[in-house]
Amino acid sequence: MKHIRQLEDQSVFILREAYKHFDHLAMLWSMGKDSTVLLWLARKAFFGHVPFPLIHIDTSFKIPEMIEYRDRLAREWRLNLVIGQNTAALANGMNHTNGRVECCTALKTNGLKLLMDEKGYTGLILGVRADEESTRAKERYFSPRDKNNEWDFRDQPPELWDQFKTSFPPDTHIRIHPLLDWTEINIWEYIKLEQIPFLENLYLDQGTGSRYRSLGCAPCTTPIQSTAKTVDAIITELRNSNVAERAGRAQDEGRGMELLRKEGYM
Amino acid sequence: MSIDTPTSETMNIVIVGHVDHGKSTLLGRLYADTGSLPEGKLDKIQAICRQQGKEFEYAFLFDAFLEEQEQGITIDTARTFFSWGNRHYIIIDAPGHKEFLKNMVSGAARAEAALLIIDALEGVKEQSKRHGLLLSMLGVKQVTVVVNKMDLVNYREDVFASIEKEYRVFLEQLKVTPQYVIPASAKQGVNIATSSPQTPWYQGPTVLDSLGHFQLETARTEQALRFPIQDVYKFDARRILVGRITAGKLNLGDHLVFSPSNKSANVQTIEAFNIDPSPMHAQAGQSVGITLDEQIFVERGEIASQHASSPLVSTCLRAHVFWLGQRPLTLNQNYLLRLATREVSCQVTAIHRIVDATDLDDIQTESKVQRNEVADITLRTKSPIAFDVYADFEVTGRFVLVDHYDVSGGGIITERVHDEQESLRTEARERDSAWVKGVVGPEERAQHYGHRSAVILFAGSDTTSKAFLARKLEALLVAEGRHAYLLDAENLRRGLDADLSETQATEAVRRYGEVAKLLTDTGLLVISTTNSFNRPTSEVIQTIQTLVNPTNVVTIHMTKEIPLLQEDADLTFAGPENFEDCAHQVIATLKQKGILAESLGTHPEFQYSI
Ligand SMILES: Nc1nc2c(ncn2[C@@H]2O[C@H](COP(=O)(O)OP(=O)(O)OP(=O)(O)O)[C@@H](O)[C@H]2O)c(=O)[nH]1
Ligand SMILES: [Mg+2]
Repeated sequence: MKHIRQLEDQSVFILREAYKHFDHLAMLWSMGKDSTVLLWLARKAFFGHVPFPLIHIDTSFKIPEMIEYRDRLAREWRLNLVIGQNTAALANGMNHTNGRVECCTALKTNGLKLLMDEKGYTGLILGVRADEESTRAKERYFSPRDKNNEWDFRDQPPELWDQFKTSFPPDTHIRIHPLLDWTEINIWEYIKLEQIPFLENLYLDQGTGSRYRSLGCAPCTTPIQSTAKTVDAIITELRNSNVAERAGRAQDEGRGMELLRKEGYM
Repeated sequence: MSIDTPTSETMNIVIVGHVDHGKSTLLGRLYADTGSLPEGKLDKIQAICRQQGKEFEYAFLFDAFLEEQEQGITIDTARTFFSWGNRHYIIIDAPGHKEFLKNMVSGAARAEAALLIIDALEGVKEQSKRHGLLLSMLGVKQVTVVVNKMDLVNYREDVFASIEKEYRVFLEQLKVTPQYVIPASAKQGVNIATSSPQTPWYQGPTVLDSLGHFQLETARTEQALRFPIQDVYKFDARRILVGRITAGKLNLGDHLVFSPSNKSANVQTIEAFNIDPSPMHAQAGQSVGITLDEQIFVERGEIASQHASSPLVSTCLRAHVFWLGQRPLTLNQNYLLRLATREVSCQVTAIHRIVDATDLDDIQTESKVQRNEVADITLRTKSPIAFDVYADFEVTGRFVLVDHYDVSGGGIITERVHDEQESLRTEARERDSAWVKGVVGPEERAQHYGHRSAVILFAGSDTTSKAFLARKLEALLVAEGRHAYLLDAENLRRGLDADLSETQATEAVRRYGEVAKLLTDTGLLVISTTNSFNRPTSEVIQTIQTLVNPTNVVTIHMTKEIPLLQEDADLTFAGPENFEDCAHQVIATLKQKGILAESLGTHPEFQYSI
């Protein structure tokens, strides 16, 4: 409880720094548990307001309930929703059967790149966590991307004492990661503490003995065996589990994630 | 991570030490031997090693980049999550190679405690010492030393003892006492998670046990309040000052003083989202929002405190810095100093000594601080800043320096250096804190007048028609419906200054500043030239600035010659011919600075962005 509030304080501080320093700021929202917690933290930081657009990169392969949930919260919370889609790639028939890394690159990485070019955002807030996979463990809170959206992980800027990298050359941008120190358990503890609305039908077992632990595109995300029907049950299950969260995510296999992230994947 | 405990306390620990001394291996071993790795992770790494025809390395668990694995070296820090006993840890694995010192610093700056690893065969090396020194500068006071690779010296007690002795002596100079010095072998799993028969002569804790002996940082809530303002929001009817309290407590109704502006007001509400009822107090560590009972204009960068214990204010300070920039830190060059939420331009005015990290001796004074060096310097900021000495307040006692686009160094403040303005600043502060306020505050006046108060000074050589332009500006402003007044220093001479002799020019400037202070408190735009002061222009400007603080002093430099870039001036005019045009330029500058509001419609109605 105390620790969760400490995480909250740090994330709110980061969000406020981002808002202060970036004129063209946006936040990615995938409707998953992490980015929804991030959205909630923005409402905390700005006292019920969300003073920047929320981007959803629509690969067209999302589970329909996610879209319904997105539009409902956008209405209720008065969100400025911006939807990006790589329509050219979709028109050419891109899907996961062309290769998972290829598909992710085209629809997510390039979908985002197209939108960034169009809108000229210089600061992008994302809900990645260090415990998700090992290249994310090496991220900074404020992480620069070059002209091609690429991440130069060999030469990251120093980050000390909450003094973040907020100035950058033209045509580059900064990725902001307020959830870096949160674990999967922390996310659920916070959802419970704050009673944040989440996609219950997908994240909780509906009687089938399975549920989603992480939400991506329908073809590339598989549910896990679980009978957790409440948030408390999820937390207990996670405390007693040794399986990595993204085990259900196909693109994480081999060096997939390092390559994807280097080129600008979330 | 298979322990079913609710998240209670969390601690950040960094692993540091010379390159290849076994930091990542030790961390991997700690995870493996406590069953903390996700299922299948070890198998995956073993498969990768087989595939590359390499011996298995625990280090690959966290050295995730291909390049790191190929070179067998950590490039950047990794945050890892570990639970043991009743505690959760974020353990940060730092790189040991000198090339990546900036990454090590980024990791260590977040830590409350450190494990410092020394190779038993190689002994104490350059980065073992440099990392020790940096830990002490970064505020990491708890250190446990691990003498690793004991297998390579046949677990000999004498080898261990001599390394322990050598490193203890080094740490003593930094006033650091290690909690433990542990003989270990990360590779063999000796004294990592379980104690081992290989070191019968050692009775202390294992590395795993030693983690539990690090103390949580004591709350900074017992200190005096420090609340650096991060931003001011006006999303709705509320005008909310936000920020993170860095020390002490804040309560509803508290009387706050803002430094360096010396403004003050009471806390009216503590604002929060989704918390009912709204909080009555807040404390160090919390990101909060407050409203005040009075509409005062405060900005990001000011530090709120209680009156009796406000932070220091000066333009000059002494500090220990470590430099990470590609280009050396150089005397008399401009850098951006960032302290809490304040950003201000600064220069290094003296480099007193450069500390040799390996023997902590002084190196002969230089004019530059090279990358990875530590130095004792004096800094001068362009305008006064509020700060503390690091020994008293951690967060407001340290800063970073930005060169070009990059954070390039960090420093801790060892002392305030009095600048020339010190006595005047004290005078202004004492005057302001005792100031009897009228019913109408500056914000209300600004709303009615369509401008904030300001002092507009025309400076430069004698022959440039400063007085003429000053008059022109006064006339134009008044014609626009603004409240402007030309206050020539000459007008004080026979009256207020009648008791002063020619030699008391400094006192005359002070009195002028106090008069200007009174006039600006009425909401006026005070216009003057620097002609009749008989003191150097920079001194006049500084004195007036200090006395009317936080009212803006806008300086306009006039010259006959081709304009040299006047760093301190807000505007420069060279041999002006079109005075009408110049006056309009001054007005534009005043608008740009938010001093003049844009007028809307015929009847002056004004809109401010705050
Ligand atoms: N014999 C022996 N070798 C060890 C031990 N610990 C680590 N090593 C080896 O030392 C080499 C370097 O280990 P790392 O863990 O990568 O060292 P590091 O300190 O993390 O290195 P950097 O992060 O690059 O500074 C590897 O080949 C390890 O297998 C030990 O206890 N005994
Ligand atoms: Mg390493």
